Amino acid sequence: MQNQHTTGSIAEKPVSIIYRWLGDRIFLTVVVALGLSIILLAGAMAWVLTGESGMALKEFGVIGFLTGTTWDPGVQFRFGALPFIAGTLITSVLALAIAFYPAVAVAIFIAEYAPRWLGYIIENLVHLIAAVPSVVIGIWGIFVFAPWMRDTFYFPLYEWAANHQPSLLPVLGSPIGYGMATAIIILALMIIPFTTALTRDAIRQVPKEQREAARALGATKWEMIRMAVIPYSRGGIMAGAILSFGRAIGETMAVAMLIGNNNNFPFSVMGPAATMPSVIVNEFREAVGNLHLSSLMAIGLVLFVISLIVNLIAAYVTRKLSITGGQSI
Amino acid sequence: MKTLRQRNIRDYFMVGLLYVSTIVVLTPLIIIIGYVIVNGISSINIDFFTQELGSPARAMQGRPTGLVHTILGTLVVDSLALIIAAPLGLGAGVMLSEYPDHKLNPLLRVMNDTLNGMPAILKGLLAFALVVKPMGAFSGLAGGVALAFVMIPIIARSTESALMTIPWSIREAGLAIGLPRWRVVLSTVMPAARTGLVTGFLIAFARAAGEAAPLMFTSFGNNYLPNRWTGMIFGPVDTLPQRLYSLAISPYKEWHAMGWAAGVVLLVFVLGLFITGRVLTRQKFKV
Repeated sequence: MQNQHTTGSIAEKPVSIIYRWLGDRIFLTVVVALGLSIILLAGAMAWVLTGESGMALKEFGVIGFLTGTTWDPGVQFRFGALPFIAGTLITSVLALAIAFYPAVAVAIFIAEYAPRWLGYIIENLVHLIAAVPSVVIGIWGIFVFAPWMRDTFYFPLYEWAANHQPSLLPVLGSPIGYGMATAIIILALMIIPFTTALTRDAIRQVPKEQREAARALGATKWEMIRMAVIPYSRGGIMAGAILSFGRAIGETMAVAMLIGNNNNFPFSVMGPAATMPSVIVNEFREAVGNLHLSSLMAIGLVLFVISLIVNLIAAYVTRKLSITGGQSI
Repeated sequence: MKTLRQRNIRDYFMVGLLYVSTIVVLTPLIIIIGYVIVNGISSINIDFFTQELGSPARAMQGRPTGLVHTILGTLVVDSLALIIAAPLGLGAGVMLSEYPDHKLNPLLRVMNDTLNGMPAILKGLLAFALVVKPMGAFSGLAGGVALAFVMIPIIARSTESALMTIPWSIREAGLAIGLPRWRVVLSTVMPAARTGLVTGFLIAFARAAGEAAPLMFTSFGNNYLPNRWTGMIFGPVDTLPQRLYSLAISPYKEWHAMGWAAGVVLLVFVLGLFITGRVLTRQKFKV
């Protein structure tokens, strides 16, 4: 009875051609247009940055801009990006070096040792690190962490160097607390979640047989992880590390608040320094003149190119080294 | 050749290292959240939510100051961003998941991932060039566009993966009873995936709401409430992350306290969104 009723009512209303054929056409067009605009957006970023930085690159030459060590918007109007490129690469590499082993260790702990409920809690807490806004970490760094580091480590170290090894003083830099070392440590904390998450995902995919085989050979639990689990998940670990590195390169606010913002190359260990994002955020608002603005855009372009390379490497590594060979994970 | 005893000791040692690493990683998080909550709560009062900031003198003379304009500005800019980002992200997600054979999909996926991996500050530069320069003024709209650039790739990815969790048999059932493709997507697939879609929006919104870098030179900041409400959209407007940065690097003690208060409000706002998103995902997998 019910069935007859429905079939009947459908038959009474023949579906129009607009509803079927045209509707599908319109829907597909709209969806493709929206998707296309994302492609255009990514293209626009490259195009806009290149266009806006043209003035600076013409003035100093591409090589000249990349290798110039003077950044002087006040007197000489000379702009060279090398201090910031170096600052970004040094802070990011060292932050990754600090973060890498703890991040992988947390992932192994979650996946292999912790009970399910504890693993769940820890995993979400690690994700929470990535969710805390970087300005909030920055304000804690300015008022709590940097002064604490200064009183606990930098001052004693500086005093020791002054008394015993004066030659080290220029390398160490002034112990004001806001400088490269502080920024690197905070940066290391902020990039841990990315390595941990991808390592965790990779470990989850290691087949049970692989583990059982190792245990059957008499391996202890750690030996099993060392022999069977880690080699198997190296793709995920590598991809996570590269992704973390990419995040470190682009991290702006916490670094700008803690690195001390010093444009004079070369930098010292504890002394103030600068990175590409930090100089953009500090000077863009108060940029004097078009050349200054264009130079900051050119720094943005360098940042864009480096991020692009890092992202492409990460995508390549995930595809090549992952267990599934690039199929959906 | 190592004895079993040596190997077991090594085992214990490594487990110990794993425990230590986990504690070392999580301790700073607890300390940061603890500091922000303790310092923030003690500096929050009713003026914080009802007064505008004004000049530094206002705080130093002990007159009531607050961040009502900042909170309103944040809501306006974040909503603008969501309004701009939602259709673009949804559209791209639908394209990736519902038309898997479309020729543009590989390119779209690469471009979307590229956009997602770009530092937020570059999205600010893009919004500066596309909106601020032609309009000739810093504006809430420019800030919204910059934050939309942050949201779009996240929404696109989460929409794609949410729609992919719906089995193809549902779509086939729809097609089999004669529904055109667009009705299948809009009336069966998307409602079935709505928890996943909402989660994606929440996570994207949370990520964008915490970003300060793209706002520094798009919505710029403003110490006062605009005279008219349109000033929030077409004039410079304050937002919490960017104001927090300005307060923290300012030389005034009163403003530092207000910075902590802004910090706790921002933290609760962002983590609230983030945790809601997480809980929703968890429920989805339970059912």
